[in-house]
Amino acid sequence: MSAKTATTTIREMRRPRRWLSDLSGGGLKVLAGGVARSLFIPLLGIGAFLLIWAIAAARVETSLGQLPGPIQVWGQAVGLYQEHRDERERESEFYARMQERVDKAVAASKSPETIDRIASRTYTGNPTFIDQIWTSLITVATGFLIASVIAIPIGILCGMSATLYSAINPFVQVFKPVSPLAWLPLVTIIVSAVYVSDDPWLAKSFLNSAITVTLCCLWPTIINTTVGVSTVDRDLMNVSRVLRLSWLKQTVKIILPSAMPMIFTGLRLSLGIGWMVLIAAEMLAQNPGLGKFVWDEFQNGSSKSLARIMVAVLVIGLIGFFLDRVMLTLQRHFTWDKNAVLR
Amino acid sequence: MGTYLKIDHVGISFPTDKGPLEVLQDVTLDIAEGEFISLIGHSGCGKSTVLNIVAGLLRATLGGVLLEEREVTDPGPDRAVVFQNHSLLPWLTVYDNVRLAVDQVFGKTRTKKERHQWTLHNLQLVHMEHALERRPGEISGGMKQRVGIARALAMEPKVLLMDEPFGALDSLTRTHMQDSLMEIQNRLNNTVIMITHDVDEAVLLSDRIVMMTNGPSATVGRILDVDLLRPRNRLALAEDPTFNHYRAEVVKFLHERHGTLKLVKVSEPEESPQLRRAANA
Repeated sequence: MSAKTATTTIREMRRPRRWLSDLSGGGLKVLAGGVARSLFIPLLGIGAFLLIWAIAAARVETSLGQLPGPIQVWGQAVGLYQEHRDERERESEFYARMQERVDKAVAASKSPETIDRIASRTYTGNPTFIDQIWTSLITVATGFLIASVIAIPIGILCGMSATLYSAINPFVQVFKPVSPLAWLPLVTIIVSAVYVSDDPWLAKSFLNSAITVTLCCLWPTIINTTVGVSTVDRDLMNVSRVLRLSWLKQTVKIILPSAMPMIFTGLRLSLGIGWMVLIAAEMLAQNPGLGKFVWDEFQNGSSKSLARIMVAVLVIGLIGFFLDRVMLTLQRHFTWDKNAVLR
Repeated sequence: MGTYLKIDHVGISFPTDKGPLEVLQDVTLDIAEGEFISLIGHSGCGKSTVLNIVAGLLRATLGGVLLEEREVTDPGPDRAVVFQNHSLLPWLTVYDNVRLAVDQVFGKTRTKKERHQWTLHNLQLVHMEHALERRPGEISGGMKQRVGIARALAMEPKVLLMDEPFGALDSLTRTHMQDSLMEIQNRLNNTVIMITHDVDEAVLLSDRIVMMTNGPSATVGRILDVDLLRPRNRLALAEDPTFNHYRAEVVKFLHERHGTLKLVKVSEPEESPQLRRAANA
């Protein structure tokens, strides 16, 4: 946090604010400028947005009643969290009750089969909003990781070999613009055909969503890695030639560090796309996750539904932002270019 | 006993859309061990191409280069290059940049401790021992060039190749760097080929100045022996008639090949973009 304040301060010093310099002395002015830019002005923007939302929403009448304003949406957010808490409480009560029954059965010296039958019952409550968030996060992480593990090596090889690039480029260009919704039926059918198991370790719906995310996450990483690797400064490559670095050393010492910022740009784009794709895939395929939550609420059509969907939209946006921030932090940590900024 | 470094009837052409473009033609130069040679000429005359051929980064179309009677076919640390834009790896510290070269050249022959000492020694030589842990992005242009020189020197090259090493620096820093280079040269007596646009720099530093004709098909136009005692002092030489005579000779050569004198000192991109592209291909 302190680093961020420092950069803001420096930026402020370079471009002094006239209207502020009239008001106060040097140091205070700089500080005030920093606070204004990083805190006050965004808050002002949010405030204005909430106000416009509240006023506009009050004028829209839908089939599900009045369009909810910020206050109703906040109310639903709290409600959803409360539902989650209640659900967890019911679950622990259920297991406590079951433990009691098992204890009783043991005390009554029932047969082991009976005891096992009692103990094997699991709680079958509906997944709550919070559960759906976790499902979505785990799915997107899985899909994104699979995509990265495939795409980064392909990108590196494509960047090094123009021949391989020419061979792979047509696929990248053609598959890149394909919508996740087009992939989904194919993935579903293929997963059902290939992944046959009596006791599946992973749910098929989870695999469908994750693979769809993977298919959409591949391309930005491949493209950006290729560009990063193929555009290593020619002088640095000459340094490598003069030093007679081996292929491996050249890759590790020169090409990869040089391409790292571009690789991360690709990863960030991929993760952003993956998150969007996942929500759509969950909606369409009724796979567990935030997308399903939105769809269920839409189908439900109760008076709360619109506000709940809005909560979901905001949460989806916040999580997307948070994921990008995580990637940016990783990028700052792993690359030499410490000036990478969030845009 | 052959010449230490022999550039023998070197010619090079690059294929372009309009047929092959002959950049160098019949460049011949014999360089003795410990000699300091400057290559001077107008922009685009192929000075960098000569240097790249000696470095092994480019292959001559005709003729060849012999170092200690062995033909140069590929780049190697015995012909270390100081690039114009320093070319330090931005993700490594000053120390690690030099250490990478030291490890690469002496990895098998010297112990870890010796390599560490040698890295430090070379950084001390260019007065950069105070900034070991800094990264290239955190030091000035002159400092970066010093580190670039330290990296090249640390390879203990047979020939040190410098492509306009001070071209991108301001004139005050350049003056410092020239003095530093002279001091190092007095101690180590390297064989050096340096490309420059700066007439004063060429006369001050060189044993011989090789003036090149304008391209295409550039070649050696004239070679000027600079017979000034070493160590040289820039202040004393400023008023020295011999120094000024040499200076005038170079200026005259360049002037004859160009309309205005102004262009001599301005450092411009070495070659046309088209040529660069051709060289890359």
